[in-house]
Amino acid sequence: MSEDRTIRVDALARVEGEGALHVEIRDGALTGVALEIYEPPRFFEALLRGRRHTEPPDITARICGICPVAYQMSACEAIEDACGVVVDGPLRDLRRLLYCGEWIESHTLHVYLLHAPDFLGYDGALEMAADHRDRVAQGLELKKVGNALVEVVGGRAIHPINVRVGGFHRVPTRRELAPLLDDLRRVRDIAEDTVAWVAGFDFPDLTHDHELVALARPDEYAVIGGRIVSDRGLDLAASEFSGAFVEQHVARSNALHAFRSDGGRYLVGPLARFALGFDHLLPGARAAADAAGLTPDERNPFRSIVVRAVEVLHAVEEAIALLEGYEEPDAPARAVEPRAGTGHGVSEAPRGLLYHRYTLDDEGMITDAVIVPPTAQNQPGIETDLARLIEDNLDLGDDALRHVCEQAIRNHDPCISCATHFLDLTVDRR
Amino acid sequence: MSAAVRPRLAVWKFSSCDGCQLTLLDREDELLAVAEAVEVAYFLEATSGVVEGPYDVSLVEGSISTPHDVERIQEVRAASKVLVSIGACATAGGIQALRNFADLDELASIVYAHPSFLSALDTSTPIADHVPVDLELRGCPIDGRQLLELIGAVLAGRKPVLPAHSVCVECKSAGNVCVLVAHGEPCLGPVTQAGCGALCPRYHRGCYGCFGPMESAAPESLAPALASVGLDEADQGRLLRTFNGWAPPFRAASTVRLPDPRRRTT
Repeated sequence: MSEDRTIRVDALARVEGEGALHVEIRDGALTGVALEIYEPPRFFEALLRGRRHTEPPDITARICGICPVAYQMSACEAIEDACGVVVDGPLRDLRRLLYCGEWIESHTLHVYLLHAPDFLGYDGALEMAADHRDRVAQGLELKKVGNALVEVVGGRAIHPINVRVGGFHRVPTRRELAPLLDDLRRVRDIAEDTVAWVAGFDFPDLTHDHELVALARPDEYAVIGGRIVSDRGLDLAASEFSGAFVEQHVARSNALHAFRSDGGRYLVGPLARFALGFDHLLPGARAAADAAGLTPDERNPFRSIVVRAVEVLHAVEEAIALLEGYEEPDAPARAVEPRAGTGHGVSEAPRGLLYHRYTLDDEGMITDAVIVPPTAQNQPGIETDLARLIEDNLDLGDDALRHVCEQAIRNHDPCISCATHFLDLTVDRR
Repeated sequence: MSAAVRPRLAVWKFSSCDGCQLTLLDREDELLAVAEAVEVAYFLEATSGVVEGPYDVSLVEGSISTPHDVERIQEVRAASKVLVSIGACATAGGIQALRNFADLDELASIVYAHPSFLSALDTSTPIADHVPVDLELRGCPIDGRQLLELIGAVLAGRKPVLPAHSVCVECKSAGNVCVLVAHGEPCLGPVTQAGCGALCPRYHRGCYGCFGPMESAAPESLAPALASVGLDEADQGRLLRTFNGWAPPFRAASTVRLPDPRRRTT
């Protein structure tokens, strides 16, 4: 094909934030794929310098309105680590409960409102609702319960106000939590049905070979803290993150790209967690995954929507168990006295591993902050997926090619506000 | 109502976290009804379907922080009958306006290996600094009930009912114990605009100013009370200088309390 063709989309829809994709095709062969992230840089790591050790949970929540709890949890873990405090027992359970709420609302937003329309041929969920109103309404009902969980425990669904270093400002009473238990039991069936629904979609063929990286804990499907492990034998403490992964700054992107320190690509997020944490799925989620034909060997990024649905069901089950066993902690927070040092915090944001590191002086003032969000880590993997997909589909027209590229990007539920940024598609064919 | 006469709604994003536009998608019970009452003509977080302007109502999230933003907000204004800035970024510059008190080159060199790759303004500023704004909704994030009230009011051609009083008034009417007086918690409630439902005091926490300064806010008169519960000058400055730190009353009060590399006050 010797003609010159250029496709341009001004911004990618149904992702969090803004950016562009540039595809270069010369004489019918793919010569370049580049994700440009042009969401404005906000300089969080620099702005945190000179702030107190108590401030990162509130400040870093503002990196992402979709997954603020993830930022709050990784920040708390890192500061507590720096100060030599471990938050465990009922307070840790309450954090997990809060995090379950975020997984439910964020994953359900993505599954129903952002990603399902791709598979069913709609521009978005609002358009999809015209033909599938009950289905969209059911998704909203499920999402609402996730938000309710964050609201009751965290005080507010977006940028919760109740999280503090050491724990919470006030712990909810059993009475406040009781209605949530009813809600969760009610939507458990919806969560189960969601897995079966999305498992029936048509999935393009694509197999990735990225190294899969996720948190692991001996006793649970890891969400807060734990070892950083991979399917290729990586097994690290959070404090070893910086030695194993490096971030690079490339000209076209306001997001840093993370690689293994040997230069290898890796992937974080639902597919990685599922492959590495399969044995810890709760029974209902495990059964739904089996019925959907998912195994820990799943490597098709298009099927991440099914994994997300399984994780929603898991989070619903876990939240039910945590609520049934809830005992009000004796105090809303552990005391965290600042001291000079560096601390590391990791947790599993809905989109994948989120790493925070803070260095404090002896007054508790922050002298250095490093935040590595999931989308920065996934960006090299997303580009590789795209290259493979485009090479396999060069005969498609520009519109069809654009659609499949956008869909492939949304497989990773990229949060560009976090990574700084996402999508304008340019296909340059010559 | 036929599709032809539905008012066109657009939702725009500038420098932000996406949380304020998410507030609309988080109104699970009302979202589908809203989408029937208006034509959602531009809302990239929700749909790739785009309808050309002009738009009857534009909700604008985020602050102006790049040269491209400066041009784009003019286009949004030109295409919009009613422009509403939503949230602390759009109404006050947001958390990223902390850069306004610092040196951008220094900040950029801390985060990025190659600051020259970036295209960013020295400042992050509210929408109203660049184009006329018809209405604004405060908050970090905005409140979903206020958003529905605003959309309903604009559709009905009336003024939205939004409180201009302080969080203290909301707190008292909710029957909360005063966290500042009774528990010694630093609280910005007396100088912060209402709208959140006095959320933080309900969780035994002092207000940290998400909704920005109330009309004629006087942070200086609150300072002695903050000092009496143990906040030194720098702590007071940091408390005022977060998500609405560039809003003039908070900016002025924090600037006299924090040592800055550049003494920017305007």
